[in-house]
Order: sequence, then structure tokens, then C-alpha cells
Amino acid sequence: MAGILVYALHDDAGNFNKNSLGALSEAAKLAEQIGGEAAAVVVGDVSDDAAAGLGAYGAKRVFRAKSAPEGLAQPIVDVMAKVIKDEGFSYALFGGGLLGFEIGAGLTARLNAGVTMEVTAVKVQDGKLVAERPVLQDSAVVDVGYVSDPGIIIGRLNAWVPEERGGTAEVVDIDVELSPWSTKARMVKRGEQRGGDINIEDADILVGGGRGLGDAESFKIAEDLAEALGGAVAATRAVVDAGWYPYAAQIGQTGKTVAPKLYLALGISGAIQHKVGMQNSENIVAINKDPNAPIFEFCDLGVVGDLHKIAPKLTEAIKAKKG
Amino acid sequence: MKICCLVKEVPDAAVQKRIDPNTMRLDRSGEKNLNPFDTHALEAAMQIRESGVVQVDEIVAVTMGPESAVRALHKAVALGADRSVHLTDPALEGSDVNATGYALAKVLESEQPDLVLLGQQSDDGECYTIGAVVADHLQVPSLTQVIKIDVAEGKLTCERQAEYGYDTVEVELPAVISVGDAINEPRYPSLKAIMGAKKKPLDTKSAADVGIDTSEVGIEGSKTRVLAINPPPAKEPGEVFEDEDTDETVNKIVAWLEERKLV
Ligand SMILES: Cc1cc2nc3c(=O)[nH]c(=O)nc-3n(C[C@H](O)[C@H](O)[C@H](O)COP(=O)(O)OP(=O)(O)OC[C@H]3O[C@@H](n4cnc5c(N)ncnc54)[C@H](O)[C@@H]3O)c2cc1C
Ligand SMILES: Nc1ncnc2c1ncn2[C@@H]1O[C@H](COP(=O)(O)O)[C@@H](O)[C@H]1O
Repeated sequence: MAGILVYALHDDAGNFNKNSLGALSEAAKLAEQIGGEAAAVVVGDVSDDAAAGLGAYGAKRVFRAKSAPEGLAQPIVDVMAKVIKDEGFSYALFGGGLLGFEIGAGLTARLNAGVTMEVTAVKVQDGKLVAERPVLQDSAVVDVGYVSDPGIIIGRLNAWVPEERGGTAEVVDIDVELSPWSTKARMVKRGEQRGGDINIEDADILVGGGRGLGDAESFKIAEDLAEALGGAVAATRAVVDAGWYPYAAQIGQTGKTVAPKLYLALGISGAIQHKVGMQNSENIVAINKDPNAPIFEFCDLGVVGDLHKIAPKLTEAIKAKKG
Repeated sequence: MKICCLVKEVPDAAVQKRIDPNTMRLDRSGEKNLNPFDTHALEAAMQIRESGVVQVDEIVAVTMGPESAVRALHKAVALGADRSVHLTDPALEGSDVNATGYALAKVLESEQPDLVLLGQQSDDGECYTIGAVVADHLQVPSLTQVIKIDVAEGKLTCERQAEYGYDTVEVELPAVISVGDAINEPRYPSLKAIMGAKKKPLDTKSAADVGIDTSEVGIEGSKTRVLAINPPPAKEPGEVFEDEDTDETVNKIVAWLEERKLV
């Protein structure tokens, strides 16, 4: 049967990842079109209710491998490869994130299967799935088909939204013997939050700070502007990895997704992994000194210039305006 | 310990990249460079060597690509690799991710490294996946997007950001690790190193030399097919202007925000 298998990632508290649920919803729709079943794979400590609850997003069956650990790719490659082989699934679909990329890539090698990543949409042609993938900084979109069985599709962050349709899934417990190399990586600490707790999700206005700020101290420039505008400060992974700003403020593929009324980007190049977390902002303003920065391709107002010159003056002007 | 760094030749960032509608592949004409993300992998290898925690006997730069890719290898050697390996064969042209990962795994098998380091992404392909494909073929553990590596005898402790924050993971060697660009600040090669790079050993290998089954690579051996190339969804272009007079620039931004009732 032309089934579609989805990996449902969960955090340590057992909450399923929004992007995984989105992928499952999409798989359910596509499965109907190609005359197959959507199913999910979960690993680790997932309760009966939680696993069966994936049925609400379209899973007919949920394969649960309790002994496989969550959070590292290779054990999950073992689990998914076994399910695909035993049950004959034709596609594996992943929501955007980091782990999906790694598991999808591992499955590719394991099953000698074709893979497409950063997929923004999937369509059905002649009963088969065709993945749409933006390439070259989103300047073109290629349609990719598969000559392998299965075909592996890795979505872009937020490509699909979870849709509840009701129903419960049959939970199938499976035993999987892990490959020797899958047990050679061990999670020491998962999901550490670096830096303070900041709430950016409720802000109507966000000032995003990137590597262009130059150093941790210069985040004051972003904070002053945010304060004048009555908003909060967000950040790119580059500056979070560098320790300039807390992880809680990070936007993008491995951070948060936001859609404020105004996103004002200071010294942010606009890499795809950042864009996916903020492109639905109502108004995007960018200040960047490089006229070729990708952010100028999708902002509403762009200023080519030095943020260190412009931003402090902008802060003063807004303060003056507000009185 | 022997480290192999996978490096790729990519079109220069300053060049407008495009897809050739006839071959449905990236137009690779024009200026090319060493993938900037791979310089972080080379720097990570150098820092492991310089830390002295383990003895690094050799750093080998490995690429798969056309003849011109030799220049990327020279750059890699200038940045610290001791020698390089160039896998090149017409049969490999047009390989997709699966086929490329398989071919790179084969050439790595002939080197038997303790550690394989890669960049987080290629500047042209942006697949983020080659590392995990190579690792599964080699049957070794792997992680991508690593921003900190601590080496000990026989194992690494790595940190990286995943969906829920920072993960710390212990990995036994041999392993395949792709490094994020925040892991280090790559050094500039010295003039002497640049001049000497062409004199360092460079092995050229064909598909047959490393035991690649050529029915599994190239356009025909690839498991994906590019069926069409379309323009991206149309979006109203934004207004972009240059900051010439900052006071005026600021006035323009404020007016723009006011118009949209954002201040
Ligand atoms: C798997 C994966 C997941 C990722 N997840 C995320 C994520 O969740 N979030 C995220 O943000 N990124 C993520 N990234 C990283 C992403 O690819 C980029 O590297 C990152 O977003 C770049 O951050 P940046 O714009 O601050 O830095 P850069 O790309 O270095 O851009 C800095 C910009 O500042 C400009 N600039 C410099 N000086 C000035 C000045 N004085 N005035 C004005 N402009 C100036 C430069 O022209 C440049 O455009 C991920 C990458 C991968 C591979
Ligand atoms: N043809 C190649 N030869 C050698 N290394 C490669 C090649 N293609 C990709 N890589 C490596 O894989 C990394 C990730 O590339 P990609 O998966 O294409 O984004 C790059 O940073 C390189 O280190």
C-alpha cells in the first residue's frame, strides 16, 4: 500500500512537535489522494493515550518503539527503516526542524532512497508524490520526483500546519534491534536553555538583532530601539550560538516562529533558516549594509546602510515622536 | 588520530547562481571558491591538532567534483590540511544527495579516518544532509550542526542546538561530525601556506579506484529526478533605498512606520 510514514518528535515532557503534527496532517491528505495510509512513528516513553491521540491528526496507526531513545537520529533511522521494510511504506515525511533532516538523511543511505529537503509543498502527479523545493536562496522552485521506493521528503519549517480531524490511532508496539553504530552516541543533556527566559511570542513589535551588531554589548542598540517602539528583542542563531543573546529570543528553524505586526531586522542577512521563523510578520523592515543580503528580497522596507549609524538616531526620532 | 575534512568547490557567493534549464542542474560556470562553511571544518581539525589532547597524525582534505575542484583542495591545504584526495569521474556528474553521500563514503573507506568533519551546508546545494548520509554508509555515529567539540581518547563530547535548546552528546570514534559556522573563526592562510599548497600530495581517484558501483551514481544512478523548474511565488518587491543622509533616512523610516500606524 502506498503509505506515508511520519516521524512524530516529542520533547522530554511528552509534547509533540508542532511541525511533526503539521507533517502528519499533510501526510493524511496526501495519503487519501494516492490511496494509502498515513502512519506515525514515535520512540521512547510515549503513553498509550498520547500515541493514540496522533489519530486526531490523521494517523491510522502509530508505531511505538519504547526502547529507542528520543533526541538522536540514528536509533530512529533503525526504527523507521524497519517499519518501512516490514509494512511497505512508500514515503517518509518529516516536518521542518533539525532531527528530521538527520533522520531523513540516514534513511536515505539505509534504504538507498532519494531525498528532498526544505520542501515547501507536496503534490500528487500520476499517483506519486512530487516535492516542491525552493533552491538558490529561494530564487527558483524545483519539482522533484522519486525513482526509488521509498521516497524521503523533509519539509521546511512551518510548511504544514497541524489540522485536527478527530479519531484515534491504533498503537502498534514494535521491538527494534538498534544498529551497533546507533548506540555509539549518547545524549548527555537535552534541550538546555541558554541565557535568560524572554517572551518574544506575545510582542506586536520585534527588533531582531544579528551578527551585524558586532558584539554582545551592541545588543543595547536593539534593546533601546525595541523599548522606544514598545516591543521586544529577538535574535538569530548566529548570535545565540556566539553567546551574545539568550536562546529564548531566537527565531527560526531551531528557535521560535513569530508573526508580529512589525519585525525590524538589524544586521541580519536573512538566511532561510531565520526567514522561516519570521516571514509571516505583517511588516518587515531591514537595515543591512550589504545590498546583496537576502533579506532585501523579502522585506517591505529595506535600508542599505550601517545600523550603528542609523539605529540610535531612529531610536531618538521615535522617542521624540512619542514625546 | 586521522581526520578527513570533506570540502566542496562552490560558485562564488558574489556570482548570481542559476539553474541551467537544459540540464536542470546548477550552472557551475564562472568564479568558484572553497565552500566557506567548510573552512570551519578545517579550522576545527586544526584546533583539535593544536589542543594537543590527542595526537593528530594527519588532516586530509577530500572532495568529489570536476577537475576545477583541485583549487578548493589547494585552499584547504593552505588552511592546514596535510594532503588531499580528489574523487573525480565523469560517471559521478549529476549525482544527487544519496549518490554523493555513497560516493564520498566509498572514498572515505579507502582512507579509514578516525574522524570525518564537514561544513554545515554547501553554499550552492544547501542540503544540510551529506554528513548523515555518509555516516550511515560508513556505519558510524554522526551529528550535524555541532558548535563545540571536546576531544578525549576515543570519543568526542559535542554541543549543538536542536529543536528544544542545546544538546550535549557524547560520540564514540570513528564518527562523522558536521560543524556549524559558530564553532570557530577560521584563520587566514599565510602567504607561505598558499604558495606551498600546490606542492603537498594530492591523490586523484576515479570511481573504480575506490570501488564505487557506477550504476548507483550520476544522473542515472540518482534516486531523485528534477521534473521542472519554476519561478518562486510572486511577492510584491519591497522598497529598498540606500542610506545617504542618515537624518533623512530616519525620517523616511519613521514616516513609513507612521503610515502603517506602527508608531
Ligand atoms: C540546520 C540549521 C538550523 C538553523 N537554525 C537557525 C535558526 O533557528 N535561526 C537562525 O536565525 N538561524 C539559523 N540557522 C543559521 C542561519 O543559516 C544563519 O547562519 C543565521 O541566521 C545568520 O545569522 P545573522 O543574520 O545574524 O548573521 P550573518 O548571516 O553573518 O549576517 C550578518 C549581516 O549583518 C550585516 N552587517 C554587518 N555589519 C553591519 C552593520 N554595521 N550595519 C548593518 N548591517 C551589517 C551583514 O551585511 C550581514 O548581512 C540555522 C542553520 C542551519 C544549517
Ligand atoms: N561533492 C562534495 N565533496 C566533498 N564534500 C562535500 C561535497 N558535497 C557536500 N560536501 C560536504 O557536505 C557538507 C554539507 O553539504 P550539503 O549537504 O550539500 O549542504 C559540505 O559543507 C561539505 O563539507
